[in-house]
Amino acid sequence: MSAFRVPILKVGDVLIVSIQSDIDDRTVIEMQQRALEQIERTGARALLIDISLLEMVDSFTGRMLSDVAAMASIMDAETVVVGMQPAVAITLVELGLELKGVSTALDVDDGLRILKARMRDKQRRHFYATKENAAAG
Amino acid sequence: MPSDNQTPANTPDPRTIQLLTERENEILEAWIENRVQSSDFRETLMSGEELRSDSQTFLRAFITAIANSNVEEMRGKEFNAIRRLLLEISEARAAQAFSPSETAFYVFSLKESLLPFLRDEYKNDPEFLLDEINKISKALDKLGSFIFVSTIKNRERVIRQQQQDMLELSTPVVQIWDRIICLPLIGTLDSRRTQLMMERLLERIVKSRAEIAILDITGVPTVDTQVANYLIKTVTAVRLLGSTCIITGVGPAIAQTIVHLGIDLTGIITRNQLSDGIRLAFELTRQRVVAINSTGDAEAGAEKGDSDERVQSAHP
Repeated sequence: MSAFRVPILKVGDVLIVSIQSDIDDRTVIEMQQRALEQIERTGARALLIDISLLEMVDSFTGRMLSDVAAMASIMDAETVVVGMQPAVAITLVELGLELKGVSTALDVDDGLRILKARMRDKQRRHFYATKENAAAG
Repeated sequence: MPSDNQTPANTPDPRTIQLLTERENEILEAWIENRVQSSDFRETLMSGEELRSDSQTFLRAFITAIANSNVEEMRGKEFNAIRRLLLEISEARAAQAFSPSETAFYVFSLKESLLPFLRDEYKNDPEFLLDEINKISKALDKLGSFIFVSTIKNRERVIRQQQQDMLELSTPVVQIWDRIICLPLIGTLDSRRTQLMMERLLERIVKSRAEIAILDITGVPTVDTQVANYLIKTVTAVRLLGSTCIITGVGPAIAQTIVHLGIDLTGIITRNQLSDGIRLAFELTRQRVVAINSTGDAEAGAEKGDSDERVQSAHP
């Protein structure tokens, strides 16, 4: 039984998951599990998955990325995948995995900016919706 | 066929060789005359002196080659020299854009000029004359077809080289602005080119951290389902990296073809002109180009006309 190899860091409202180059299916599932647990435990509002070290990808890992995004979204957390390598992007496209509904960014910086903008938008929408409800009521 | 080099049936008679050697200059003059007069001699491609020196070397090598060897086989070392010579000639002519048949006819035309000399010599012995003509013809036919084949090979090599060069040249990625890059596509897209293009574009995006990649297809003559598929794949891959792809240069013809083929381009940002694409790229990166009035102040609101443009942004 090896130790869990995917570090998950919490910075402000954002959980940062960094996937290492040699990742196997079991680790992928474990990462998914752990990330969702952390969202629940810490109340993080966003999930940033850094895959810049990932050099190869298979359909399983590809599907996992869109699954995690969908699951996090149900738990009210935004997801962004950052730092994908060209070779990985080409493989995913050839596999027909377009990761629809997953946001992407070039690096962690960009990813954090996108997440902040998203969270702000969401808050504003929520704020206005509450105000409208109050006015109606 | 007996391969013995000394078989009289396949080697021209010593008398013939002697005749050719003695009258080499006359034959050469007649041959050059014939070439210059003929319709397929093109002075723009080859000068008279060049023709003369080529022809002289060839004729001499030809006489030496047929003197001792079997014209049927054309394999002996006597033919090595002339073969090398023919390779040189065909290479030079391929570079000068002569067609293979023109080059082959150049060799065949020696017959026309050479055979009358035999006729004059062997007037009294028609049978012997026929034999000798046959042998000379065979040798020249072989050499003609040899030069034909090697000319085609040379041209193919030139074409392959050019294809390679074009492939290298045809995928330049241009940095337009901070974090905006452009890939102008010119010519027909095939799978090899598209693969190379996609790799270059993606690598460049990662290297220069480009937020926007503009794919300009103004120079692409037609779009079929395959090409459209490549474009969609490229756009998807660019999105996966985390930047946005804009396809520009979609003219009326291409727009019609895409709709008629039933290709679904929803979710892909397309623009008519490259300039529209650049404008959109500025908008998406929250930048603006502003006209400067005569006093040098930047004039606010110079781009009022664009406010009605709908923007589909990947980063709302």
